[in-house]
Amino acid sequence: MNIGIVVFPGSNCDADTYHAVRDVLGHHGQYVWHEERSLAGLDAVILPGGFSYGDYLRAGAIATTSPAVRALKPYVAGGGLVLGICNGFQTLLEAGLLPGAMQPNLSGQFRCEFVHLRTERADTPFTCGLKPGDVLRIPIAHAEGRYLIGPAGRPALAAYRQVVFRYCSAHGDVTPAVNPNGSEDAIAGVASPSGAVLGLMPHPERASDELVGGTDGARIFSSLATWIATGRRVSMRPVEVH
Amino acid sequence: MAARPRTEAAVPASAVRAPGAGLRPSERDEIRRRLGRDPTAAELGMFDVMWSEHCAYKHSRAVLERLPARGPGLLRGPGENAGAVSVGAGWAAVFKMESHNHPSAVAPYHGAATGVGGIIRDILAMGARPIALLDSLRFGPPDDPGVARTIQGVVAGIAGYGNSIGVPTVGGELACAPCYRRNPLVNVACLGLVREDRIATARAAGPGNAVVYLGARTGRDGMHGAAFASAGLAGEAADRSAVQMGDPFAGKLLIEATLQALATGAVVALQDLGAAGLTCALSEMAARGGVGMDVDLGIVPRREDGMTPEEVLLSESQERMLLVVRAGREAEIRRIAGRWGLAAAVIGAITDDRLLVIRDGDDVVTRLDPRHLTDAPSYAPDAVEPAYLAALRGFDPAGLAPAVAEDALVALLRSPGVASKRWVYRQYDHMIQTNTVVPPGADAAVLRIREAAPRGVALTVDGNGRSCYLDPYVGGVLAVLEAAQNLACVGASPAAVTDCLNFASPERPDVFWTFRRAVDGIAHACEALDVPVVGGNVSFYNEAGEGIYPTPVVAMLGRLDDVRRHAGVGWTREGDLIALVGCERGWLDGSEYLAAVHGITAGRLREPDVSAVVRAIRCVREAVAAGVVSSAHDCSEGGIAVALAECSLAGGLGARVVLDAADERRPDEILFGEQVGRIVVSLRPGALGALGDLARRFAVPLKVIGSVGGGRLVVGAGVAPSRAGATAPGSAGPWLDVDLATLAAASDMEERPA
Repeated sequence: MNIGIVVFPGSNCDADTYHAVRDVLGHHGQYVWHEERSLAGLDAVILPGGFSYGDYLRAGAIATTSPAVRALKPYVAGGGLVLGICNGFQTLLEAGLLPGAMQPNLSGQFRCEFVHLRTERADTPFTCGLKPGDVLRIPIAHAEGRYLIGPAGRPALAAYRQVVFRYCSAHGDVTPAVNPNGSEDAIAGVASPSGAVLGLMPHPERASDELVGGTDGARIFSSLATWIATGRRVSMRPVEVH
Repeated sequence: MAARPRTEAAVPASAVRAPGAGLRPSERDEIRRRLGRDPTAAELGMFDVMWSEHCAYKHSRAVLERLPARGPGLLRGPGENAGAVSVGAGWAAVFKMESHNHPSAVAPYHGAATGVGGIIRDILAMGARPIALLDSLRFGPPDDPGVARTIQGVVAGIAGYGNSIGVPTVGGELACAPCYRRNPLVNVACLGLVREDRIATARAAGPGNAVVYLGARTGRDGMHGAAFASAGLAGEAADRSAVQMGDPFAGKLLIEATLQALATGAVVALQDLGAAGLTCALSEMAARGGVGMDVDLGIVPRREDGMTPEEVLLSESQERMLLVVRAGREAEIRRIAGRWGLAAAVIGAITDDRLLVIRDGDDVVTRLDPRHLTDAPSYAPDAVEPAYLAALRGFDPAGLAPAVAEDALVALLRSPGVASKRWVYRQYDHMIQTNTVVPPGADAAVLRIREAAPRGVALTVDGNGRSCYLDPYVGGVLAVLEAAQNLACVGASPAAVTDCLNFASPERPDVFWTFRRAVDGIAHACEALDVPVVGGNVSFYNEAGEGIYPTPVVAMLGRLDDVRRHAGVGWTREGDLIALVGCERGWLDGSEYLAAVHGITAGRLREPDVSAVVRAIRCVREAVAAGVVSSAHDCSEGGIAVALAECSLAGGLGARVVLDAADERRPDEILFGEQVGRIVVSLRPGALGALGDLARRFAVPLKVIGSVGGGRLVVGAGVAPSRAGATAPGSAGPWLDVDLATLAAASDMEERPA
């Protein structure tokens, strides 16, 4: 198994993600410099958190012009798996690989704290080790994490079951009080219709070690490892659900 | 994640400050004597910043020599960019704290942000990867709209820079008092990690080696910042030009590029370009190494046109380093800089003539012995005990009517210094790098050191301006002992101290007296703990409007042999016993209770029995590290009542406690009286024997005072309970009987109506 972690200037969760993939979970990980033009040979690509290129414009906007992100489209078309965490999620939105857009948190402030996530979909490469309804405790750390899809995009998001995680209480209840950033419909993670591309604001790499942050986040990486190890493939023709 | 956009650049400062404006006539004479001629305007500007209080420690140097600089595991003491101590397995912890008070007063966001950036580069200059930040903040009363804006700006600035650069902000402290209204204090500490055999130096060496500029380009921002920090705030718009603009993105690139450059082995020495910019780095590196340098300012990468040589020399543009690189290996450094999109330029070479020659193309800007710049005059100002002290010491709280206990507890929990700081630290990324074992909100932050597992380190910053105002010596002692006590509560033993000494003008004899006394107090407590002071920073002239309280802030680093064996503040289990370790008596004099409930700042501080406190600290550390206790928390501001409330809030569990009222002391004194060396622990009933053994071994008083359980905090008076735990409060009836929701609401500053 070979997981690539893309490093942009300003990435700052690349080492944490690498550590979670390699030292904690024992998989092979490698850094992929942002100038890399090909992602061939990688079983999965992770866009880590951080402030790519400083994020002085819209978060993730400049990263989309990098060769590595340009290479994502053909990579995904060929069946590749992509996980975008926090700034990586923002980049996937900016690149058009996932629907929707990010706005600043309703609080107007950066938020770093543990949240709970309810698993809405367990048939993706990143959640195949979970069951729908499973609650994960994973931290967020962002200033722009208010996910919006709007009335135009909402039907497709529902039809293709693209919402993978929602913010919830420790017991799995989705209420406004536990929505940390004002995201529409409490959406914390969104996948492509096939499930091959997942973006999420919380940081699973920060919850992959009992000593720091618990191990709920490791279940996402473990799911990915299981998926790859068992040779599963995403269906390139997702079924619409009504 | 989006960072806050940068705002407009500053106006040219050359227009607002004459060169040498901060120099005394006697200093101008001294400069002429040393040079044997009249200095040029450019040289005057250089002496002005290098001989400023900020750079030269003119008034403090002699006093700082009283601080102990030796201790077990010490690797680098004062004199380098930061101190370093061993954390085991061949790894060193590098740490330092600095103030950014004046810039934060003028431009809260950028002042605080560049404070973070500056201290990070000091750690980087030691060859260490920065792994943690802490902040000690002081503001005026937050209900003042101007103050609220400053608080918001400072916190946002720390968040904006720290979050983006990827170094976690793992702890800190915040307190408010009217004396900080126009003079906020922003002290930032940074911790780094480096292999012991890779600690870098700032000593230039090797004639023929290249002098290399690395980092962001040079602009006109931050001109004369060091001189600006060395005078009182004028409140003029012109002060703004002395504030630098931070760019955490460039800062992050600089961290990676510098560490890669060091890894090549081609870097002989390095220093960050901080206060006094190139002037300081060139002269200090040359003077330290006993070599000369010949550099051309014309080659320095710039981001604006038309800068004069003086402006290039004095600019405090951020995110820049100066490297001495082995001759012939400059291209390696250029390659690394290119990869990270940073500017790099060979601006000169090391020479063997001990002269600093600075050119601007064909013109020679200066040619002098760099030691003339770095060896500034030292002063021994007059020191006279302030007149106010006698009056304040004469105050006796016995004449005050005790407040209703529950009301007083709620008022204390609402006090900004005591209230939960969650509203602050949730704005800081305190988890990045995934080493934060004990996050903010505890007595000290705990980080694992993966490279030296299972070892860990703990860090805390402590200082109490009110105590130092009432008695600077005792206040200095308390700052150190409370820091060590906080470390003990998480299971760490003290390894090193660095400090930020914030005072008003040293040229005022009453202020200088408090400075000397506070340093004496710090020195005494550090000696008692056998912990070295490895570096520090002095910030004088904090006196806009009124002078601040003498406010020494101590940052203390601790070691944990096994980071898995740590403790937190909160109760962990129903049915656990609650015990008090250490001396039992607190006093109302100078307490937070007097200030927050009665509006009085007065009283005679009792000098603690330092050796008894040190024994209590060692006992608790041992108890935590041995896993004997489930939680530990010191009694600090607000006394034992606030400590118990904090343990209950952090654990989400109530408690029933009986305090001994046998000697007929006032209930408010028993509940809210303060003294260092009192630590509340909780433990399984079966562990009491082991804790008792430890208490005997360290000759420390130990008393079981209650048990954990329920949803209320009930505290009463009575005779000491049996070893089986506390029963119901005694005949006097409970002084406190409060549900946790009430305590939580009081402590939560965020939910408070504006």
